Amino acid sequence: MDTIRKIFSFVKPYRKVATLSLVLLFIRVCMDLSIPRLVEQVIDQGILKRDLQAVWVTSAVMLGATIIDALAAIGSSIYSVRVGQSVSRDVRKALFLKIQKFSYGNLDRFSTGKLMVRMTNDADAVQRFVQISLRIGASAPLTLVGSIILMYLTNHQLALSLVPLLAVTSAVLVFFSIKMEPFYQVVQTKLDWLNTVLQENIAGSRLVKAFVRSEHEGQRFEAANEDYTRNMIKVMQINSAMSPVMTLLLNLGIVYGIWAGGLYTIRGSMTVGQLVAFINYLIVILNPLMQMSMVALAWANGLASAQRINEVLDAVPEVQESADGTALPESTRASVVFDDVSFHYNGSADGTILKGINLVAEPGKTIAILGATGAGKSSLINLIPRFYDASQGCVAVDGVDVRRLKEDSLLSRVGIVPQETILFSGTIRDNIRYGRPSATDEEVVAAAKAAQAHDFIQSFPQGYDSHVEERGSNLSGGQKQRIAIARAIITQPDILILDDSTSSVDVETETRIQDALAEIMQGRTAFVVAQRISTVLNADKIVVLDKGQVVAEGTHRELMETSPVYREIYDSQLGGGVHMEEDEATKLEVAEK
Amino acid sequence: MSYQSGSQTTTSMRERLSARGPGRPMRYEKANDPRQAMLRLLDYLKPFKITMALVMVFVLIYTLLGLLAPYFMGKAIDDFIGGNDTAGLLRMALYMLGAYVSNNLFQAIANWIMARVSQDALKLLRRDLFQHLQKLSIGFFDTHPAGGLMSRLTNDIDAINQAVSQNVISLIASLLTMVGILIAMFVLNAWLAMATLLVVPIMIWFSEFVAKYTLKGFQELQFHLGGLNALAEETISGQKVIKAFRRNESAIEEFDKRNQAVYEAGVYANSYALLLMPLTSVLGNFFVIVLAGLGGWLALRDMVTIGMIATFINYGQNFVSPLRQISNIYNSIQAALAGAERVFEIIDTKPEIADPPDAVALQAIKGHVRFEHVKFGYLPDTPIIKDMTLDARAGQIVALVGPTGAGKTTIVNLLTRFYEIQAGKITIDGTDIRSIRKEDLRQKLGLVLQDTFLFSGTVIDNIRFGRLDASDEECIRAAEMADADHFIRQLPEGYQTNLSERAGNLSQGQRQLLSISRAILADPAILILDEATSSVDTRTEARIQKALLKLMEGRTSFVIAHRLSTIRDADAVVVIDKGNIVEQGTHDELLSKRGFYHHLYVSQFKGQAI
Repeated sequence: MDTIRKIFSFVKPYRKVATLSLVLLFIRVCMDLSIPRLVEQVIDQGILKRDLQAVWVTSAVMLGATIIDALAAIGSSIYSVRVGQSVSRDVRKALFLKIQKFSYGNLDRFSTGKLMVRMTNDADAVQRFVQISLRIGASAPLTLVGSIILMYLTNHQLALSLVPLLAVTSAVLVFFSIKMEPFYQVVQTKLDWLNTVLQENIAGSRLVKAFVRSEHEGQRFEAANEDYTRNMIKVMQINSAMSPVMTLLLNLGIVYGIWAGGLYTIRGSMTVGQLVAFINYLIVILNPLMQMSMVALAWANGLASAQRINEVLDAVPEVQESADGTALPESTRASVVFDDVSFHYNGSADGTILKGINLVAEPGKTIAILGATGAGKSSLINLIPRFYDASQGCVAVDGVDVRRLKEDSLLSRVGIVPQETILFSGTIRDNIRYGRPSATDEEVVAAAKAAQAHDFIQSFPQGYDSHVEERGSNLSGGQKQRIAIARAIITQPDILILDDSTSSVDVETETRIQDALAEIMQGRTAFVVAQRISTVLNADKIVVLDKGQVVAEGTHRELMETSPVYREIYDSQLGGGVHMEEDEATKLEVAEK
Repeated sequence: MSYQSGSQTTTSMRERLSARGPGRPMRYEKANDPRQAMLRLLDYLKPFKITMALVMVFVLIYTLLGLLAPYFMGKAIDDFIGGNDTAGLLRMALYMLGAYVSNNLFQAIANWIMARVSQDALKLLRRDLFQHLQKLSIGFFDTHPAGGLMSRLTNDIDAINQAVSQNVISLIASLLTMVGILIAMFVLNAWLAMATLLVVPIMIWFSEFVAKYTLKGFQELQFHLGGLNALAEETISGQKVIKAFRRNESAIEEFDKRNQAVYEAGVYANSYALLLMPLTSVLGNFFVIVLAGLGGWLALRDMVTIGMIATFINYGQNFVSPLRQISNIYNSIQAALAGAERVFEIIDTKPEIADPPDAVALQAIKGHVRFEHVKFGYLPDTPIIKDMTLDARAGQIVALVGPTGAGKTTIVNLLTRFYEIQAGKITIDGTDIRSIRKEDLRQKLGLVLQDTFLFSGTVIDNIRFGRLDASDEECIRAAEMADADHFIRQLPEGYQTNLSERAGNLSQGQRQLLSISRAILADPAILILDEATSSVDTRTEARIQKALLKLMEGRTSFVIAHRLSTIRDADAVVVIDKGNIVEQGTHDELLSKRGFYHHLYVSQFKGQAI
């Protein structure tokens, strides 16, 4: 019920157009239903009474009715389409606006695929719901009821004696529709599986070839293909039985009508014209009956879709900006303080991601965060720009709890290079400038140089104007990361966050990036998340996270002395006899100088 | 009178099928060469020639039967109702009954058979497509991004399916009926038939009009929808970045623009498309008017009877009913042909170079791999590898080191013969790999790729992919060796956990561990690790490294890695830059050489205070 109300709230702005469409539809049905009656007139009043005048006049009336019919049909189609399309447009927009308000927690819960289905299929289903309701949904019952009434008016007894047949026909229709439903679902799952196998063989083609598994995969596909075909045949065969059965039933009605109606006519209680009209109404009935099953389906789908759409529209953004939020002062000495912070993802039972984190990042310092996969590194830095709210404790920037800051003000001070590099379609220049649309071309180049992206960008035929495909699929992982770094640098942030953002860049390039950043980041605070030890060596402070807790904190040298975990990580990356070689390497370097 | 069944039900059938399943929009497209595509599609019906002929006979029979009933009805009205002959009326009613029952029966049988034939034919088409896909070279897959190829193929197959499921046969039957009705009309009454013919040009003009604008409108809509969906998908998947960079406003602005364009195109296209149904019934009414007016006039001149008028009116209704189907089926046939054209395009793509007839089977090998003056480029004119000579003795671990894009992965592509070299040769134990059957060659190679791919199925199925006849115990042992056992046991159902296609429940590192297990199980003579542990944290990596070392014992192994620590254990380090081997030797030798490798190595420690 709630869902229907929701759909109606989308129709409401267009209620005038919708009403107009319905009125026109009503006119249309009336005109349609008048035709058999007028044919009756032609036969009874014209032909049988040998009155040519009556034939012409009635035909002219019919022509008039048909012209009105046609105009009304055009009008109601156009208006109903307009309402339906407006509704789907508004649904899409409402969804999109809602998604723009989502915080990271909401986005984690709704996958992109899911949201896309809401915006495409579900919005379409609601549109079909509205459009069909305004057309067939209204006209089919009207036509059905109208024909039955007119049949009854033409001949009570004959009409009544056909009621059982109509009931049986409807029952058969309902029976088939209900019975088919599960079959359609089965066919759909079989098709999905067939597609999955096909897709896996495309996406995994290298693997299938390398392991020489084409025969095995061929069998898998053949089984899926066979399975789908068998089910599809079943559905189509049931379907092929359904329509002849339905038509046969109504044909029986016609035969009965001719025979019984003929007897009435012979007895003189019915005219020939009435008989013909009666038969015509019987023919008219089939269409609305068939259409009703279509309408029922559109309704069922529309309601289900509307429900799914509501799920999104009703979701509450997890992070709410406080009403009296303050702005950060113009020049921030961006210290970042974690005060006894604990964190777990909303609604996840997996428990705590971060436990009692205390951490102070003084202005202008670089903090490196090191730890194994799943240690909570990304979760930790995501709390700084308030992508998520801490479950306990507080994160403060420049001494102010981030929950009391204006979202815009906070975000404008933070530049972030996320772990998963996402670029947008457009030119490379667009992508770098994404961080600050007002940046000049020179600033774009400067940022790219610092991110060590300038050289490879220049090597492209179109340089900075080279096109980036969706999600940057035409760039390598390392290239994408470097563009993402440039995008963050160009915002001139007070706080820069690099979330494992050089993992696909080779060590040498990474070193150059670090050197460049060291210059740019003078006086700015930086957080560097990394798995590679070489990334963190230069940090002012290295924080070692393990299972959501800070297990060690200090400079590289300090940690080498004090932290066994750090040492273990160090050794694992640089191998067993590292010390001798380390010395050897540094010696060599010294010798070079 | 008879109903032309099919049109309404097939519409609802299509509604049903298309209403289901995500991402299956209605498609409005045109094939470049529809005739050619049609002929090739029909080819797939060839195996069912005899059945098809039978179906056609049935269609003819039921079309004829469909013509009989209205005739009997007219006769009943004129001769028996007019003549007060109840016995004759009953006889006519029974004739009608017979005509109807047999008409519907034959129709059901024809549909029943066609359902099987058409689906079987589609099955053959899909099989051809799949088998051909498997034969295509890796080059094809590298140049056709998987995402696009997959969505295209599933859509194309779907489009063909939809058209066939809409029972194209009923369209043929309807067209036959139209012809039959015309003939019957002329036989019964030439005057009325001529009057009916007047309506035909209007009908043709009208259906062409609607079909044309609908097609155009929906193509336009499709275009705008594509734009909107691309934007939405990109925006939503990049939502976190948009938020971080506070770019919501500009995203909304762009979305609004495209959303409005879709609305306008949608109103245009649907306004035309939805005209069809009501206007066919208006056209049917127009028929009735002509027949009533003209028929009435003729009746008064005794040139036609009332029964005849009734017969004609009902013929007229059946005459327009195919129109209802045409636009609908027309569009979906167009889409199907466009889809078929692309499917055939893939079937026609040249497959991977076949093995020469004299290719030898590879027996047990020692694993001595040699590259001799190998030259290769993905594009013939831009060589990636210019002149490479490389010698890996049996059982050696060879580490391939170098900056991104140096050509390390290319070496793997050549050794596996995913791509063919342009000059020089690659030998295994002295045999040119081009003279070995590809399957045999690849069977001896164990590959662990950077980009791990898992198939839907259970965890253990995915490991078993390495060797299909492996027992559960062997699979588990392989997982233990790859240090994967621990996390697998923590999954909800352990080794039997089903990995859905979006195996988001596994981290990239865990996926890599699975693919290493797979290679361990395969027990290959030559092992190739392409950044196999790049997403595993370093401590885990150290553990796997131990397992891999054990695995590599006695096998020739090629290891590609960024992390120098991974390569420390190699017997030979090959440093590659810009497609050339710039240095070669052991780790220690190369370090003391103070060249490129030394440079790479030192950069790890740069800035460290002494």
